[in-house]
Amino acid sequence: MKQSSNNSTLDKVNQSLARRYRAEKRFKAYGIAAILFGITCLIVLFTDIIGKGHSAFFQTYVYLEVTMDSEQLYINDPSDPQQIAAADYQGVIKAALRERFPEASSRRDRRALYALVSNGAGFKLRGQLEADPTLLNQTIGLWMLVDDDVDTYYKSRGEDGESGFDGRLNEKQIGWVESFIADGYMESRFNTTFFTSGDSREPEQAGILGAMAGSLFTLLVTILLSFPIGVAAAVYLEEYAPRNRFTEFIEININNLAAVPSIIFGLLGLSIFIGFFEMHRSIPLVGGLVLTLMTLPTIIISSRAAMKAVPPSIRDAAYGLGASKMQVVIHHVIPLAMPGMLTGAIIGIAQALGETAPLLMIGMVAFVVDIPGGVTDPATALPVQIFLWSDSPERAFVERTSAAIMVLLAVLISMNTLAVWLRKRLERRW
Amino acid sequence: MQAVNQNNAATDDSAELKLPSDDQATQHKFDGKTVGHPLSDNPKMSMRNVNVFYGEKQAIFNVDLDIAQNQVIAMIGPSGCGKSTFLRCLNRMNDTIESCSVTGEFILDKQDIYHPKQDIVPLRARVGMVFQKPNPFPKSIYENVAYGPKIHGLASRRAELDEIVEVSLRKAGLWEEVKDRLHSPGTGLSGGQQQRLCIARSIAVSPEVILMDEPCSALDPIATAKIEELIAELKENFTIAIVTHSMQQAARVSDRTAYFHLGKLVEVNDTKRVFTNPEHDLTEAYITGRFG
Repeated sequence: MKQSSNNSTLDKVNQSLARRYRAEKRFKAYGIAAILFGITCLIVLFTDIIGKGHSAFFQTYVYLEVTMDSEQLYINDPSDPQQIAAADYQGVIKAALRERFPEASSRRDRRALYALVSNGAGFKLRGQLEADPTLLNQTIGLWMLVDDDVDTYYKSRGEDGESGFDGRLNEKQIGWVESFIADGYMESRFNTTFFTSGDSREPEQAGILGAMAGSLFTLLVTILLSFPIGVAAAVYLEEYAPRNRFTEFIEININNLAAVPSIIFGLLGLSIFIGFFEMHRSIPLVGGLVLTLMTLPTIIISSRAAMKAVPPSIRDAAYGLGASKMQVVIHHVIPLAMPGMLTGAIIGIAQALGETAPLLMIGMVAFVVDIPGGVTDPATALPVQIFLWSDSPERAFVERTSAAIMVLLAVLISMNTLAVWLRKRLERRW
Repeated sequence: MQAVNQNNAATDDSAELKLPSDDQATQHKFDGKTVGHPLSDNPKMSMRNVNVFYGEKQAIFNVDLDIAQNQVIAMIGPSGCGKSTFLRCLNRMNDTIESCSVTGEFILDKQDIYHPKQDIVPLRARVGMVFQKPNPFPKSIYENVAYGPKIHGLASRRAELDEIVEVSLRKAGLWEEVKDRLHSPGTGLSGGQQQRLCIARSIAVSPEVILMDEPCSALDPIATAKIEELIAELKENFTIAIVTHSMQQAARVSDRTAYFHLGKLVEVNDTKRVFTNPEHDLTEAYITGRFG
């Protein structure tokens, strides 16, 4: 009797086993499918961005022999720095172009010819002359920036001379460019301008250093304010605050604030920091303050969770030895909670680095050419720079937009790597 | 299957036995006082009329007890009888539990430890504690022992601190085992070594009283034997109050034994007396294993 009932139980278990195994497999398959979907999306995203953006790291240069004619430059005293600074360098470049292509005689043709070289090329000449005034009235060969349209054409044309994207270039301009190429006077080099200059209306002169510096100063303010304030708030709420209606109310509000859209924080910053405290617009200080407000709830919540996870036995041990509350918190709770706190802070700060909306509200969307030197200089930030470039009509900005995205991603990835490393270092074995 | 049945039968029996004795105990308590000798001629700590509440629920009822100088007092009793709660009142560890309120008189060397002006930091330096689960800090062995002296400023120079650490580890019988790896993590030791490290840590601040809350319940018999030996040695210099679930342990290590039942102190007597000829029926029922 007992035997048979045992047998039937076993049979039932065996029957259900096959079903259980199938369910198990399905369950695993869902997980794998989800991961595959994620990886596919990531691959598509990266291929697209890298495919579009990699060419921005190269820039086309053209070789021109320029005669530093003092008459043309309007310099009669080479020792006078003011004259050297104000001289008409673009003029001698134009002369060099005319000399190379004498067939461009009409006004219109000449304008088209001059447009081949970047209007920032003159600065390079000035730099040369400032460094070595003896070059005056001599002919020097120089590699200089081409205009963005030529750059795009050069990059998109095939090796064997098949025509590239001509955009705004006319037939004659293409002919001139091809002639430069045929003579070996045009080549692609690593685009240092992209990493060493600020924003510009001309794509070939535009760089991300200004936006990087802006982001850096903004983040500096954010980190310096949000981490200590967040941790202090979390320590108070977790270790000191009595449990009552008021602290409960604060807790609920912190949780709610974490879910508030970031643009609202931008509006808040606009009305408080700029409207009430009359700080300047477009400065990293205000941007950092706004992002601090935005990051604080994330940091407070994660810090509290990390402190809650510290085993009570450690607190008991320290209290039992006669440690004061502050000693328990500083010697034991915070060191043990630090990896968790850092993780939360890094997530919050990475989010802040990628934030655009609140910065638009406080004017960090302005066109800023100069590289900011401090937290009170007008600046823009990396994501805002991406937003600005993606909005520009010039084709050369398309690749720069993607390149800027790559730089932003690289910064984010390195920040996360740093965070993981820090966490690993601070983690203690139990 | 059979064993389970037996156990069930045993618990059933004890439940039946418990009822009449329970009534007796309550009656007895209402009548007056704990049987035996709760008071001592040479008390280190004297507790009078202690009541402890967790919110609405009362955990300790009118307990009077003395802990004698340089003696080991064991507190035994079934789970939930309030012995750990009582122990934690002795160095105000219950202060960290918000719902817990304590009334009554706690005198340590003529000093009221629940006096509003009493600072708990020096109190806990005088009354140390060892917990049920070994809880070394996730730091090195050295740091674990040196932590207490450091926060209380007991050593002004490194050499002094080194000496305190060595003496404490020697007293805890751990020195020979760890002297070559003082700077490796304390959490890397075995369970028994960790518990001895915790004892070394608490004696490093030279307390007068050491409270031990089931210090061996997480340890194997060999580690337990070592700790028990240690307790016998420590008695020379310290006053010890130990809560234990093991009656054999109480019998082995203590001079006096206090039996708690449902928050009431039923009997306090010399350990020998308690385990050979208990005065109260409840104590007898417990030590003979009829419930608990």
